[in-house]
Amino acid sequence: MSDTLQDKLDTLAGLLVDGSPHALALGMKLVRVSPGEAVIRAPYQAESIGDPETGVMHGGVVTALLDHACGTAAFAGLGGDQAVATLDLRLDYMRPAKPGCDVVAEAKTIKVSGLIAFVSAIAHDGDENDPVATAHAAFMVTRASQAAAERARAEVEQHMANDKAGGASS
Amino acid sequence: MNERLQKLQSSPYVSRMGVRFDDHGDELTAILPYDEWLIGNPLIPALHGGAIGAFMEITASAGLLAFTDLATLPKPIDVAVDYLRPGKPQDVYARASITRQGSRVANVRVDAWQERRAAPIANLHGHFLIKPIKSNG
Repeated sequence: MSDTLQDKLDTLAGLLVDGSPHALALGMKLVRVSPGEAVIRAPYQAESIGDPETGVMHGGVVTALLDHACGTAAFAGLGGDQAVATLDLRLDYMRPAKPGCDVVAEAKTIKVSGLIAFVSAIAHDGDENDPVATAHAAFMVTRASQAAAERARAEVEQHMANDKAGGASS
Repeated sequence: MNERLQKLQSSPYVSRMGVRFDDHGDELTAILPYDEWLIGNPLIPALHGGAIGAFMEITASAGLLAFTDLATLPKPIDVAVDYLRPGKPQDVYARASITRQGSRVANVRVDAWQERRAAPIANLHGHFLIKPIKSNG
């Protein structure tokens, strides 16, 4: 049953954001992931403020959010079993995010070519037609990330084996 | 020079990142001290690309603030980041150079490195909106 990419992504969903200490520390939450697409939310929090005079979230938080959403979309576009590294990330900051509002990044893989995925994304604070920032990025499956993916797979299988052993009701 | 950087250092996000500045004459180096929370992928382990990008944005702002009197913090208009090597779990250093500074927009480049400056892990090129304080009203 776990043959489809969506099933695979659903199995990994808990790790895609929470498995990354930096994403976790910034409070990011995975909204949804599907083949080639990812939506991630970054909450407005006091320690993410860039300019205390305006209360606007720092561009760096938006950078990390867009990088993470694009990377997740690239991962989901490359088949969901190879960790990816960012090759380049280009960001346009269109307007400051509204103080007090969470920022949501919606990323989509435009094209996969071999080991490379080309992704574009928008970040908005409620209205996707009025973006805070947009991003274009390229990601690649590197040798280091391939080795990491092997280890991650082993970990997930271990978790699943533990779950099976723990809760045999289903 | 450090006085001019106070505005940047009072930013909650900049202080959370733990960024420090080391200035010698007209050379300013930004330091991102390693901490576990900067890791993006613990299995490699590598620093989060977003953290490196954010650090270089902070370095660009610092480079602009250090040498010009600005009324507000520089605001990024656009940035392009190239990732050259995985960021190892250790401190990162960065320096900004201002390619061109107009009255409203500045064009900045930043190089980030770890062990050797000649082996950069990432670089950034971007435009920032600035508001210089006019010297005679």
